[in-house]
Amino acid sequence: MKKLRLTFLFIFLTVLAAFAQTDVEMADRLRADGKIYVIVLIILIVLAGLFIYLFLMDRKIKKLEDRLK
Amino acid sequence: MKNGLKITAIVILIYVHIAGLLMDVPRLAILNETVRALYFHVPMWFGMVLLYVASSYYAIRYLRTQQPDDDVRAESFAHTGTAFGLLGIFTGMLWANYTWGSPWHGDPKQNGAAIALLVYLAYFVLRGSVENREQRARLSAVYNVFAFAAMVPLIFIIPRLTSSMHPGSGGNPGFNVYDLDSRMRFVFYPAVAGWFIVGWWMATLRYRLKKIKEKLDEREFA
Repeated sequence: MKKLRLTFLFIFLTVLAAFAQTDVEMADRLRADGKIYVIVLIILIVLAGLFIYLFLMDRKIKKLEDRLK
Repeated sequence: MKNGLKITAIVILIYVHIAGLLMDVPRLAILNETVRALYFHVPMWFGMVLLYVASSYYAIRYLRTQQPDDDVRAESFAHTGTAFGLLGIFTGMLWANYTWGSPWHGDPKQNGAAIALLVYLAYFVLRGSVENREQRARLSAVYNVFAFAAMVPLIFIIPRLTSSMHPGSGGNPGFNVYDLDSRMRFVFYPAVAGWFIVGWWMATLRYRLKKIKEKLDEREFA
């Protein structure tokens, strides 16, 4: 069973490697235009993190306020 | 502050960061792609000014009604405004380094903004140095009004009278003439609105924390 799974994995990886070398269409958008989309995503992640942080702090303060009531 | 407003601000800022980085901008010599800093650097200053407006509004309200909460509100807004101003200074220095040639150019607007920030820093020094709550509230409310009155000429008037490399100063055209494509407004104004709402949110968080601390202090005394 384990051997079979390993064989499948091997075949899968070989096929993947073969595809990577050919000129088929791939998801290249993130690599286009000097990879600007990557940096857009990075900035959005930072922004999302900042806002999640603010929301969590908001919730913590709310809990403290409720406890003091 | 309503959750809907917070989410609106977040949606606006997500739009601003995508459009600000990807949309077409005017092709200008020297500035090149850094013209996009308009979407990220300038809203810090607009946000700071709006937060300081809110701060002095509460300071004046304190002087009229003597509500202690208004003093705490004024302090919270001034604090967040100063944080925005510092971000404005640092982003501006980085921008200046690559477009004007050095981070500190002695540009009147740059100097004026730095002095305005120092004036506001003195506000916190003043607050920290008075023990009595009522006295601190009254003194700092008066000083707050003065600080705002000092900031306006430092940032908006003096740079216009002398030669400054900032747009809209010293004979340099502002937004509406040739150097700012009207397309840029569709990102710039939302950016200002979004950051101002987030700053407002941050100020209310600080206010609420201070109120909690106040209540805890009262309990300790009781």
